Amino acid sequence: MIAIVDSGGANITSIRFAFERLGVETALTACPKVIQQASHVILPGVGAAQDAMVRLEQHGLCDTLRSLTQPVLGICLGMQLLYDYSEEGDTACLGILPGRIKALPAQPGITVPHMGWNTLQQQQGSPLLKGIADNRYVYFVHGFIAPVTEHSCATSHHGQTFTAITQKDNFFGAQFHPERSGAAGAQILKNFYEAC
Amino acid sequence: MLAKRIIPCLDVRDGQVVKGVRFREHRVVGDIIELAQRYQQAGADELVFYDITASTQARTADPAWISAIARVIDIPFCVAGGIRDIESARTILHAGADKISINSPALENPDLISALARTFGQQCVVVGIDSHQTDNDYYVHQYTGDESTQRATARRTFDWVKEVESLGAGEIVLNCMNQDGVREGYDIAQLHAVRQQTSLPLIASGGAGSQDHFAQVFTQADVDGALAASVFHSGELPISDLKQFLAEQNIEVRQ
Repeated sequence: MIAIVDSGGANITSIRFAFERLGVETALTACPKVIQQASHVILPGVGAAQDAMVRLEQHGLCDTLRSLTQPVLGICLGMQLLYDYSEEGDTACLGILPGRIKALPAQPGITVPHMGWNTLQQQQGSPLLKGIADNRYVYFVHGFIAPVTEHSCATSHHGQTFTAITQKDNFFGAQFHPERSGAAGAQILKNFYEAC
Repeated sequence: MLAKRIIPCLDVRDGQVVKGVRFREHRVVGDIIELAQRYQQAGADELVFYDITASTQARTADPAWISAIARVIDIPFCVAGGIRDIESARTILHAGADKISINSPALENPDLISALARTFGQQCVVVGIDSHQTDNDYYVHQYTGDESTQRATARRTFDWVKEVESLGAGEIVLNCMNQDGVREGYDIAQLHAVRQQTSLPLIASGGAGSQDHFAQVFTQADVDGALAASVFHSGELPISDLKQFLAEQNIEVRQ
């Protein structure tokens, strides 16, 4: 069973439906015990980093999340929360992945937020990318970006290059929305459940 | 590279997809779920569902059909119509919509844009603008879902575009009313001018009638996406053919 952490975000329904289409059972929960006992954990997130961290703290989930040993997938803001810090609202995050989240600057021809379908450039192997050809399109919606580090498995580019898929030990992150990324996104979610 | 988006717009009335000309004479074109699935399979990048009566009748779109769509499709979709406060937005987003689009209520209460952005994140707040060319300027129109209620406002489109960006909107859909429903091409001059006013993603709406119109709006107005209804609903321009054509013109599309 996959636990979807109820961080108060609004994109939870589409994640739940995406797993339903794969025939995988999910539970939406903010209970540390249920999260600890799940085979896989999804940390979703839409909204601002600071609000999301406050909600996680209110539910006593920060230490729970840090101590998980089963596969954990942060999606969009959920991925950004795995890092040390976010410039968005000057927010200390979970510190599971090293690095700081920065604002994506607008430039001529570069609209912000980065919204729409962009390609994944694979940097190193990851179970999440099993069966996914290089340069597949996935759906992004974000205004802040994660740095490219040794943990970056795939990057994307919009004005600058940023991390699109990350992995450190049992912690995975997707900056895009696999639940809204067509067949490629469905494969990535399937990989998370079956191969991670 | 970020792909240009092709976005079918489905006008919804009483749970069915309808289409009118210049917001009039609505006729039923099909079932919402069937059309949503058909467009997803054809390669649509995103869908917009616009509840044409919710706004004018002061009610919110029905979460039942929103959830039914969210359950079956795996591309993003936006719901517009009658969202006038945090709670109605929450209902729609929790039903499974990825974005909400607000239009007339944002004109009544511009602070709604910042309240929604603070609560749900900038990325899911789309502001729809109905813009009409009058004399040598562009003006925002309001309550356009119903001919008997629609009216011009005193707001210049360019001013409103800048204001909604500063309030925290995540995307703008600019519906050029002079062109809407007549299928003679997007309003390139207006879209190009608005493109210079904002760094937000900009979606063109109104006037699509042929594949050349899409190529023109992407190359000449540099919009991020192009929204259309009747040219897709009628079946005369399959999205897969359109994308093939755009790729041949060196326009980045997802295929």
